[in-house]
Amino acid sequence: MRLHEYQAKDVFADAGIPTPGSEVASTVDDVVSIAERLGYPVAVKAQVHVGGRGKAGGIKLAEDSDEAREAAEDILGMDLKGYTVEKVLVEEAVDFTNELYVGVTMDRGEGKPVAMVSTKGGVNIEEVAEEDPDAIAREHIDPAFGMHPYQARKVVYDAGVDKAVARDVASILTTLYDLWASKDAADAEINPLMVTSDDEVVAADAVLNIDEDALFRHPDLAEMEDEAAGDELEAKANEYGFDYVRLDGNVGIIGNGAGLVMTTLDLVDHYGGKPANFLDIGGGAKAERVANALDMVFSDENVDSVVFNIFGGITRGDEVAKGINEALEQFDEIPKRVVVRLAGTNAAEGREILNDELVTVEETLEGAVQRAVEYAEEDQ
Amino acid sequence: MSILVDEDTRVVVQGITGGEGKFHTEQMLEYGTNVVAGTSPGKGGQEVAGVPVYDTVDEAVEAEDADASVVFVPPAFAADAIFEALDTSLDLVVAITEGIPTQDMAKVNKRLQEVDTRLQGPNCPGIITPGESKLGILPGNIFESGNVGLVSRSGTLTYQVVDTLTSRGIGQTTAIGIGGDPIIGTDFIDALEAFENDPDTDAVVMCGEIGGEDEEEAAAYIAENMDTPVAGFIAGRTAPPGKRMGHAGAIVSGSGTGTAESKINALNDAGVPVGDTPAEVVDHIEDLL
Repeated sequence: MRLHEYQAKDVFADAGIPTPGSEVASTVDDVVSIAERLGYPVAVKAQVHVGGRGKAGGIKLAEDSDEAREAAEDILGMDLKGYTVEKVLVEEAVDFTNELYVGVTMDRGEGKPVAMVSTKGGVNIEEVAEEDPDAIAREHIDPAFGMHPYQARKVVYDAGVDKAVARDVASILTTLYDLWASKDAADAEINPLMVTSDDEVVAADAVLNIDEDALFRHPDLAEMEDEAAGDELEAKANEYGFDYVRLDGNVGIIGNGAGLVMTTLDLVDHYGGKPANFLDIGGGAKAERVANALDMVFSDENVDSVVFNIFGGITRGDEVAKGINEALEQFDEIPKRVVVRLAGTNAAEGREILNDELVTVEETLEGAVQRAVEYAEEDQ
Repeated sequence: MSILVDEDTRVVVQGITGGEGKFHTEQMLEYGTNVVAGTSPGKGGQEVAGVPVYDTVDEAVEAEDADASVVFVPPAFAADAIFEALDTSLDLVVAITEGIPTQDMAKVNKRLQEVDTRLQGPNCPGIITPGESKLGILPGNIFESGNVGLVSRSGTLTYQVVDTLTSRGIGQTTAIGIGGDPIIGTDFIDALEAFENDPDTDAVVMCGEIGGEDEEEAAAYIAENMDTPVAGFIAGRTAPPGKRMGHAGAIVSGSGTGTAESKINALNDAGVPVGDTPAEVVDHIEDLL
């Protein structure tokens, strides 16, 4: 779960990391009055979950109230890579001489947290990592002990941070690690961490992504999620408890188990179709879950056909088939043709039970996908 | 022969009194698994499906001389259950639980360096040696004893491939699901090494997916250390960057690491044929046998 910049900055500021004065606004008038209060120049920053906001026109500087109004009018309501901007952060602009990067994430290869510092802040750090990996100093942390103070100093010195601010940067990194650990974060980043002409260090941006699996022990952070929700269908999937990812094709896909659903997507592509989504309904296939899954896929207007691919393991194929029949009988008219492939335990019995007036039954995975791709082409 | 588990493996079920634990204990017993004990704090002295329940893993291992455990404990308490199992003399701990916080697993990972016990999972379907023993939730009836080993990050994809193998008359020595989380115990290389050392395994299927670099590392291992032929499959060719595809570990990062393409290329470079479809993987296995 990704927090917005303004939410992450609140968390960082509460922990003692210096941040510029700022406030959130959702109207043009509020932007101007906040800017007047903070004093110019200010930065007006779109609060959406997309990378490269600056380049896409989502961040503007304002020197006076006219410019603040203009920036607010431009940014509020704009479409940033598919997301509508509903909120902006109005923030004191920092007069900086230098931009650093500090971050903490999980190095999955090592199975350990890693703290990172670079003097090449202010740009996309993933590009730096690719083009100039030596420009990022790294230090692995033992999660049982947490980050020792010497490790924070070491990684800051290794990165070549100016001695005048090294102590402050190390202290901010220590706080950032503690936050990362205590909030069950996946990533905690400040990019850029700005250095001013009088050697002050200020967090000009804030990234805090929380491990979804740990949200149960952070109810305060979980509450922020609704505000941060993106795609409408993805929000609906959350409600139903499905793993769902919306894609841009027209073959709707429902299956059980992440690996098998991904494989179904790949096969749609392999046979010349375009997957509309990833939807894992998980274990079991009770009528209600099946109905919810179909509701999700049918509410995506791009979908022209649906492939339902269930491998019955412990869940028996005949039970799955009953669930699918019941779910489909609830529709007066089935909006798109549905191809069902059942395999595994009691699959043959399941195929017998399936009502072939409601669905097309296929025996093999490959056959089912090819059929759904055909239907999608015919019914476009 | 087989790897890691056989008919003699004596199994403890952690979380045996929960819904999943109870149901799968019955399923495992029905398959022939030697389930000798269960644990559930505060429920010691009870029985589930005729299996004695103990309060602690230590007690269960001592009393029943157990070798392995299967963890069905809910995610909030699962890391604690794994730590408990690692502090006993068990050889193998199979964690089925899905949704354990990653930072909990980083701490478990640290502990794993200090003990001899092997962890498999979490977020995995378990392990099965057909006709002998299964630890976990795999549907036993699709498996057949034979000479092909299988290692996979995904449950239902494993079933898909096994079903195809079995329907073509190709049985399995052992099938092992290593799990779809970012931090896991037994990895591809551990499983491949065990299959390489098993005289009865004549070929291995390796099913990977997007995210991380485990498949690339496994490819390098295969090229350098394996005589047993391997065929591969990689799920997630069409996954967009930055989106988690169900499994916490299945995500292509913005910088392009963890892509299906990189994994397929690495495997091909190691001489491992990669199927475009699950059926094609089985074609490759037929050629290799």
